[in-house]
Amino acid sequence: MPESELPIVVAMSGGLDSSAVAALLAREGRRVVGMTMQLWNQRRLPELASEKTTGRCCSLDDVYDARHVAEQIGIPYYVVNFEQQFEEHVVAPFVAEYLAGRTPIPCTLCNNFIKFDQFLAMADTVGAEHVATGHYARITRNELTGRYELRTALDGTKDQTYFLFGLTQSQLSRTLFPLGEKKKTEVRELARSLNLAVAEKPESYEICFVPNNDYAAFLDAYLKEQGVSAREQKGQIVSEDGALLGSHEGVHRFTVGQRKGLGIASPEPLYVIATNSASHQVTVGSSDALLRGSLVAKDVNWVSVEPITAPRRAQVRIRHRHLPAPATLYPVRDGIEIRFDEPQRAVTPGQAAVFHEGDLILGGGWIA
Amino acid sequence: MRHHYFDYNATSPLTAPVREAYFAALEEGYGNASSIHHFGQVAKQRLESARRTLASHLGANSKEIVFVSGGTEADNLALRGVAGVGDHVVVTAIEHPAVLATAAAMEREGVAVTVVPVPSSGVIDAEAIEKALRPGTRLVSVIHANNELGTIQPLAEISKVTRAAGALLHSDGVQAFGKIPVNVDALGVDLYSISGHKLGAPKGIGALYVRKGTPLRAVSWGGHHEGDRRPGTENVAGAVALAIAAETADWRQVGALRDRLEKQILRRVSDAHVNGQGPRIPNTTNIRFDGIEGEALLIALDLQGFAVSSGAACSSGSVEPSHVLMAIGLSARDARSSIRFSLGPRHTAAEVDALVDAVEKSVAHLRRISTDSHPIGRVASHA
Repeated sequence: MPESELPIVVAMSGGLDSSAVAALLAREGRRVVGMTMQLWNQRRLPELASEKTTGRCCSLDDVYDARHVAEQIGIPYYVVNFEQQFEEHVVAPFVAEYLAGRTPIPCTLCNNFIKFDQFLAMADTVGAEHVATGHYARITRNELTGRYELRTALDGTKDQTYFLFGLTQSQLSRTLFPLGEKKKTEVRELARSLNLAVAEKPESYEICFVPNNDYAAFLDAYLKEQGVSAREQKGQIVSEDGALLGSHEGVHRFTVGQRKGLGIASPEPLYVIATNSASHQVTVGSSDALLRGSLVAKDVNWVSVEPITAPRRAQVRIRHRHLPAPATLYPVRDGIEIRFDEPQRAVTPGQAAVFHEGDLILGGGWIA
Repeated sequence: MRHHYFDYNATSPLTAPVREAYFAALEEGYGNASSIHHFGQVAKQRLESARRTLASHLGANSKEIVFVSGGTEADNLALRGVAGVGDHVVVTAIEHPAVLATAAAMEREGVAVTVVPVPSSGVIDAEAIEKALRPGTRLVSVIHANNELGTIQPLAEISKVTRAAGALLHSDGVQAFGKIPVNVDALGVDLYSISGHKLGAPKGIGALYVRKGTPLRAVSWGGHHEGDRRPGTENVAGAVALAIAAETADWRQVGALRDRLEKQILRRVSDAHVNGQGPRIPNTTNIRFDGIEGEALLIALDLQGFAVSSGAACSSGSVEPSHVLMAIGLSARDARSSIRFSLGPRHTAAEVDALVDAVEKSVAHLRRISTDSHPIGRVASHA
């Protein structure tokens, strides 16, 4: 391994994908340095602890696994501490968004402010030009415009571009996504063939700092730690015409489109249509009341193309598991107005609207 | 790539004479020192010989030495062995966690604990200790040489005030013993903790000096080992290694090399400052580099083959700001900008010079990238 070659820093979570990335690059003879970001102290909110909480991001088990893989493939490995930055840029906004009645995406904030910012700066410190991660996404270079372009992963079931629309040209130019051209099954086979310690590790679909995906329990514990009383969060559940149907323990427990946990008997299924953090009201209604023909996306980032100045056709994804829906994008004063060809169910404030053109990610913004 | 070790305050490699004596003791002294037969007797003889040797390097009597597993156990035994519910215990803010966390645990159990602040010099004065004393103060614990700063605490003066008040004095001597002369009578300590692996012996052996007449309760129970003060089959080879390490420790050249390192860094790197002032053990310097993340500098140096230390390792292995540096008044940011260099008897001037080159280059690189117009935008914030 030539010491003169610039190293590639691999963000290793201790999971299968990032372990495979480190192994792939090391096998190619690249000079690889593994780093795990310590983002959250799992002992901090003890009431959330349970026997099921091992194996989550930032748990000691994951650090153990990442270290083990680094040893197996023979690369230097470090744990770097970003707890303070993670709380400031990801956890606190996550909590604030829920309290404001929106449904945030912490993974996008983490990508924008931690992984492809603070972590990239850490890579600078060791003289690395590139960071590599286990994301399923592709970066290509447009030879005509000179721009880097973000494209969906070949394995559409694993595509993670919904969380990556906020990246800048500078960030894309220094990022490698070696799994973008691979299928998950191939990645697992590769890990098995290399005997990696994490080859059989199950996938995690959780928000890394929220145990068991119970974000409401996390919010309760975090608010309690911050000295915010739960009683201040209580409010009413009302129908679309304002009739009182029940009460609730806080708007942060509800997300648009939610059906379960309303605690209201009704002849037909009721869904959360809207939440209002000012009045503490949760409005519920029928499935059809969830349909919206348009939305406005704010703080738009044009990841692969120049900002548009005229209407443009695209397919728009409004949540991670949503099939991108045909729409027209209109530049408006405070963002981009998206008019769908067909109304879309559960347009949720705080989530992202990401604009596709085939496999190309044009950009995206936050649903107002 | 050759790796150079500048983290002797974390631990040290076995020295040649220790290795020889240790392996010989493992081979030949494997009997259980409590057994009555020949093999037990051989082990017992080696154990007691080691105890006498170690005692002689403390100016103590061999009966005053209790072998334990290391510094942490020695500190736990010292604190818990003499103080209990209803007692008052005084510690300083720059103690090792082995003392601070033990005192905190005892406080939760009903022991009154006072933590005495330490000035920016990193050296506490006896008056500050005296002010913390009160009727019922059972024990005062003051680290001899601080592990991060290297500063030496004035135990001889402190022991005068603790004696006058009828309190016992314990000192964590883990970083001092072997590096500077230690005489328990001159220092006036009643209890003194030692760890083998800081001075060339293996991990897993340490000792607690307990002045004759000091009532010490056992804190774990089993057989009648170590005068009923510390049960468990004796680590004979470890004790032999610790004694030989004490006997052969030679840190005379280290002070000059540490000074060479410190002077060159201060001359060649701008905005670098030594943390702590006053008498120090000869191998340690703690330097703050303005505007630098210590964690980043540590990793950059490691990738060039130089092992140093920054802050305290948390359970995952990442770095937390040092409580010692915060205790002497540094901000969390300044504490995170600090690096500890701790040398050992094997270093050469050429190695030190190579380290200085790497530090100069790395600090310049880190400062350059942090002042460059940060190329990374911050788009897509939440509304």
